Amino acid sequence: MASNKKYWKSEAELSPNDSIVEALKQNEFPEEIPVDEFLGDKQQLASAQTSRRDFLKYVGFSTAAASLAACEGPVHKSIPYVFQPERIIPGVANYYATTIADGFDFASILVKTRESRPIKIERNKEARVMGGTNARIQASVLSLYDSTRMQGPTAKGEPVEWDALDAGVKSKLAGLRGTGRQIALLTQTYASPSAKRLISRFAEAYENVTHVVYDAVSDDAALNAFEARYGERALADYDLSKAELIVSFGADFLGDWQGGGYDSGYSKGRVPQNGKMSRHVQFEANMSLTGANADQRIPLTPARQKVALAHLYARLNGSAAGGELPEKATRALEAVVSQIGKAPGKAVVLCGLDDPDAQAVVLAINEMLGSQAFDVAAPRYVRQGNARKLSQLVADMNAGKVGALIMDGVNPAYSLPNAGEFIEGLSKVDISVAFSTNQNETTQHTTFAGAANHYLESWGDAEFKKGHYSLMQPVIRELFDTRQFQQCLLNWMDAETTYYDFIRETWGESILGGAEWSQALHDGVYTSAAPEADPKMPAGPADKETGSASEAAGQVSVAAAVRRLAGAADAGMSLVMYPKVGMGDGRQAGNPWLQEFPDPITRVSWDNYITISKKDASDLGLVNTHVANGGMDGSYVDLDVNGVTLNRVPVIIQPGQAEGTVGLSFGYGRAVGMKKEMQTGVNAFPLYQDFNAIQSVALKKADGMHEFACVQLHKTLMGRGDIIKETTLEDFNTLEAAEWNPVPQVSLDHQEVPATTVDLWDSFDRSIGHHFNMSIDLNACTGCGACVIACSAENNVPVVGKEEIRRSRDMHWLRIDRYYSSEETFEADNLKKDGFSGAFESKSGFEEMEDPAANPQVAFQPVMCQHCNHAPCETVCPVAATVHSRQGHNHMAYNRCVGTRYCANNCPYKVRRFNWFLYSDNDEFDFHMNNDLGKMVLNPDVNVRSRGVMEKCSWCIQMTQKAILDAKREGREVRDEEFQTACSNACSSGAIVFGDVNNPESEVARLKESERMYHLLEHVGTKPNVFYHVKVRNTNEA
Amino acid sequence: MKKVLNRHQLSALFGFCLVVTFLFSPSLYAQDDAASDQAAAAEATAAGEEGPCGPGDPDKGKQLFNQNCAACHALNRKMTGPALANVASRLIEEEGLDCEWIYAWIKNSSGMIASGDAYANRIYEEYNQAAMTAFPTLSDQDINDILAYTEATPPAPAAPAAAAAGAQTDAGASGGVSNELILGALAMVFALLVMMLILVNRTLRRIAEANGVVLEREKAEKGLPLWKAFAQNQFLVLVSVIFLMLGAAYFAYGWMMQVGVDQGYAPIQPIHYSHKIHAGDNKIDCNYCHSSARVSKHSGIPSLNVCMNCHKSIYEYKGNPEGPSAEDLAMGYTNEFYTNEIKKLYKAVGWDEENQQYTGETQPVEWVRIHNLPDFAYFNHAQHVTVGKIECQTCHGPVEEMEIMYQYSPLTMGWCINCHRETDVQMEGNDYYEKIHAELAKKYGVEKVTAAQMGGLECGKCHY
Repeated sequence: MASNKKYWKSEAELSPNDSIVEALKQNEFPEEIPVDEFLGDKQQLASAQTSRRDFLKYVGFSTAAASLAACEGPVHKSIPYVFQPERIIPGVANYYATTIADGFDFASILVKTRESRPIKIERNKEARVMGGTNARIQASVLSLYDSTRMQGPTAKGEPVEWDALDAGVKSKLAGLRGTGRQIALLTQTYASPSAKRLISRFAEAYENVTHVVYDAVSDDAALNAFEARYGERALADYDLSKAELIVSFGADFLGDWQGGGYDSGYSKGRVPQNGKMSRHVQFEANMSLTGANADQRIPLTPARQKVALAHLYARLNGSAAGGELPEKATRALEAVVSQIGKAPGKAVVLCGLDDPDAQAVVLAINEMLGSQAFDVAAPRYVRQGNARKLSQLVADMNAGKVGALIMDGVNPAYSLPNAGEFIEGLSKVDISVAFSTNQNETTQHTTFAGAANHYLESWGDAEFKKGHYSLMQPVIRELFDTRQFQQCLLNWMDAETTYYDFIRETWGESILGGAEWSQALHDGVYTSAAPEADPKMPAGPADKETGSASEAAGQVSVAAAVRRLAGAADAGMSLVMYPKVGMGDGRQAGNPWLQEFPDPITRVSWDNYITISKKDASDLGLVNTHVANGGMDGSYVDLDVNGVTLNRVPVIIQPGQAEGTVGLSFGYGRAVGMKKEMQTGVNAFPLYQDFNAIQSVALKKADGMHEFACVQLHKTLMGRGDIIKETTLEDFNTLEAAEWNPVPQVSLDHQEVPATTVDLWDSFDRSIGHHFNMSIDLNACTGCGACVIACSAENNVPVVGKEEIRRSRDMHWLRIDRYYSSEETFEADNLKKDGFSGAFESKSGFEEMEDPAANPQVAFQPVMCQHCNHAPCETVCPVAATVHSRQGHNHMAYNRCVGTRYCANNCPYKVRRFNWFLYSDNDEFDFHMNNDLGKMVLNPDVNVRSRGVMEKCSWCIQMTQKAILDAKREGREVRDEEFQTACSNACSSGAIVFGDVNNPESEVARLKESERMYHLLEHVGTKPNVFYHVKVRNTNEA
Repeated sequence: MKKVLNRHQLSALFGFCLVVTFLFSPSLYAQDDAASDQAAAAEATAAGEEGPCGPGDPDKGKQLFNQNCAACHALNRKMTGPALANVASRLIEEEGLDCEWIYAWIKNSSGMIASGDAYANRIYEEYNQAAMTAFPTLSDQDINDILAYTEATPPAPAAPAAAAAGAQTDAGASGGVSNELILGALAMVFALLVMMLILVNRTLRRIAEANGVVLEREKAEKGLPLWKAFAQNQFLVLVSVIFLMLGAAYFAYGWMMQVGVDQGYAPIQPIHYSHKIHAGDNKIDCNYCHSSARVSKHSGIPSLNVCMNCHKSIYEYKGNPEGPSAEDLAMGYTNEFYTNEIKKLYKAVGWDEENQQYTGETQPVEWVRIHNLPDFAYFNHAQHVTVGKIECQTCHGPVEEMEIMYQYSPLTMGWCINCHRETDVQMEGNDYYEKIHAELAKKYGVEKVTAAQMGGLECGKCHY
């Protein structure tokens, strides 16, 4: 049955009389060009100094000057290499496999280099573990070219030579020998076998060395629980492709939960195959990316989530647990339990609560179920932070027990909740060195700031998961006088070796086991051939003999944990802090791509904010309003968490936010070592007490309104209606496709006929050669946004800044629309309405129905140029700057465009972007395209557009052209997987597939035959070459 | 009587022309004479030379030397290997070695080094442990020939070479028939013709006068002057104005269309690199230096190490066999000039000629780019060179004749489009095209398909 749900992007759209929504529907460019400002005022015009004669003189002179200047062409220099490196051919890209392991993001990646400049990050498709990329990893290449990077080491802010730094540190370290004071290493998580070995060697060379690992956004509770149960400080790994039921308690596993990277496995199970797909139930407070993808999402406060988890354990265990739950949650739990009962091994439970009890119970449940998706034999090492050791270190520092503090990849002065204490302690340390690519809050207080290499300039390795290794190699020589931390440690140990040799040694001794180093380096990944241990009996302290005893002890403690969980209660309002999809823990806050990346859920860029439910907002008198140009304003609140206050935090009213909770993201509010424009938002870390993301908070409304750069009301489809199609798994399995995926009907000769059969135009014959199509599966798309950044990187999409985004002038060629819809269909409401008895019931019942925003369903839809075969933009261009190709591309010739913007007006999908300004070489746009360093990231195969021209998705024609040319040169046919675009390449969940439909063997041709296939706004008759797959929700309960 | 006079004048003219022809012709042969004299002299001294290890033929030796040895050895100069002038006698006299040693060394030098031969090891060390290629195929007689050649050449060829160069300079100055001279001659012929006409005219008049024919002088017209009559004819004025304006517009359009078109642009380069010498005289394949044209969008300016592949051994310019032409000399392109340009390369690449090694002090050469496509136009060399199999000269013109490289084609969009319309796609033997070709040929009913029919005129193929 076709879904007749109503979709909306902003709550404002639910109000029938919102004039701004109406205006935005009618007007793509809501802001008038301010002609009146300078021509409207007759009086001012008359009294102006410039007479008409003068004006004509200026015009004449400038025209003449411009034409004279044009007569003489500029002289271009071409400077070849003196000695050309063997592997570099100008104009041909080289790819290197490397690894990002910056302490927050871990992945095996490929780096595309042109003339030895890294310009693009790609997935390493050969990696079996963590080979996907997210928005931050995609954007990390731009951080390499950050013009605010440290260009050499500094001492108290003054530039210093490395030799001086080395000498200073070495003499100090030597002086600490025998004093009994600590040498402390405070580092990020490396998950690196070589770094681990190096640090132990360093500890041998000097006495009293302590190594504290610190994750800004900590998984300490989960690590402790795992360590207690399995004897190793690691995290359980989950293969979600093997799960038929995923139950998550506050775990944002499509975001950054426990290191992230779960989206590809998840998406595999989400595409209906043979009538089956996984079912995902999410209990959470904030509307997270994961909750947005869930089949059923129950908004609960953190305490209630704990209770629900206790209930689940009890039900599975056959016992009972106390604690009250809302009816909806109980029903959901019942359904979950009954489905688990059918296939316990196919279910998995995940938990993102920073609570050791909750984490212990989840491990117990998964073990009890014998979940196939649950892997503790080869656990993950990507989070190692130890909160206890860290607080010990801060205490030791303040007690004067620490002689030297060496930091790498951490910024505790920014990200520690007790940063003040830390800074005070730092002053009692004799010598402190912080390694960082940029100056930051911590380097301001240290003796030395070590200018560190970017990871693309470094050697390294990582063991993401037991037995799964990845190698990091430099793809460019250090741009500045920088050094990586590991090399400095080696220097300070007087080891006459490079870190590269050290890694080779480590690998040769303990990892490779006879395999080729160069092969491992080439692949970037290496999986040790060690036999997999019995997955349910991991190595740990629990030996065979004592197994039963410790198991019994474990059960006792789990039972206690369940009791504690069941007794959990909220104390007032709960604050749930989370890392934002675009910003993570804030280490890349200086990256303009990430700042401009709209959050997948709120669609807000350049900010963090409090998310609050509608009810709580109205109780506190907080509002979101829209202004005429489509921008959004929000109230401010003051926060108070156990006496720590945060003032004037802007508020977003978030549909689906659990009542009694508010959300706030980490990573913002940084101010040191970055450009003015990037210093956005507020710092949530001071509220992150005891490394617990859940805090009790008091809110108070503050004065004023905050101006957001929110794109959710931009680019509306002018009232053309819904472009999302969705159905339920049950309908999908039982009904004909025409029921749940109907082709729109249009009237032809007063007869209703399918829109696809009517054609106003003569169609061009595209049967010869390539004909490109793109498939986007709404079931597989998680909305992560990696494609958005990949597109910006590949196509030199400019960053426009907060002000311009607010004016609806964002330049992203690819946007991911987020639609809300009410959970129940209107038919359910109708039934309910008809069933009302009595005035009182009907009043409360209607009020219930009136709030569709309480817990909406969410759908993500990536929209780029649809490359219509009958493109409306082409017919209105007065200069034929946009025309069609026989390969299916809708071409845009920038040099031909005169900027009338007719095409954008006529585009039903609103995918065209206008260059309102010159964004490159313009200091008004102080991002990356105005300096030589930042410009190094530009793709030399794609134009940098100038002011006044229209641009849009080109389907990465430079990539298809290259694939074709490679085939021609080698005299062979193009292989299907060679046709890619930046977005399809970046998509680790397989939602975006690109290819040639004239090749019947291609993946995209197969997908086009799917029953779920539909085109956007089919009734308009544009015949797009991009097609979508109907979203199927597994609402079948049990 | 007077007719006789006339004839006399004509014959005098003919005679004059003859004189002019003779003036130029002997010098054309002078150069050849000089060259053949020199060669004969060299032959005379070389013939019958008794080599140190037996009789050898220096001519054959020279051939063998150039084939096998010249990459690493010169006669009077250290290169990768030692200078070889009088090598045999030097070795025999100074090092006390014998011919057998020389044979053994040439046939298997590494064996000699391995066997621990003192001198072999010394020379190996001296030349940076660069092992000499073994030449087991050379017979003893071949080696004798080579040795004869090395003995035959006088140790210091500076004087004769300079003399030869001098001779060449003289010959060139008087000999080469440049365009200017031809033009001058033509002008003179033309002047003579004019003179003749005047003379004929005068003669005819005299005849007429003598014969009593009265020529009708222009009758003084009393009518309006021509310009006034023109001004009064309004229709004519209108038409002429229209034509003038159209003409002006045509030329204005033409002038404006050349703005930004740099056809013929030939900037002065930091090193005077002559494509004529490299691609023309020496017939080096374009792709040898511009190797990336086969695989990349850029043809690539060769890096200096590519230059050094040859210029490690080619350290001076010896001129083409005929010697520099008069025009070259007029431009100052003497052998010394070119040799100096090679020195510029050495300086840029940091090559120490004395010690035959790189110093590491490099100075990248800032060439002035000649072919500048605007950024919004994408052009890929590999597509045209490798796939399209188009000669470089199609777009770049007769590069092998260009002393100074210039932009041959206008590089305008019209020019690109035109070629795409006219050029057939090279489909034979390329599996990529097999299926497409069959289908397209069927569709258009032709055997050949042009680039335009393949979609080569679509905007997005070049603009993205």
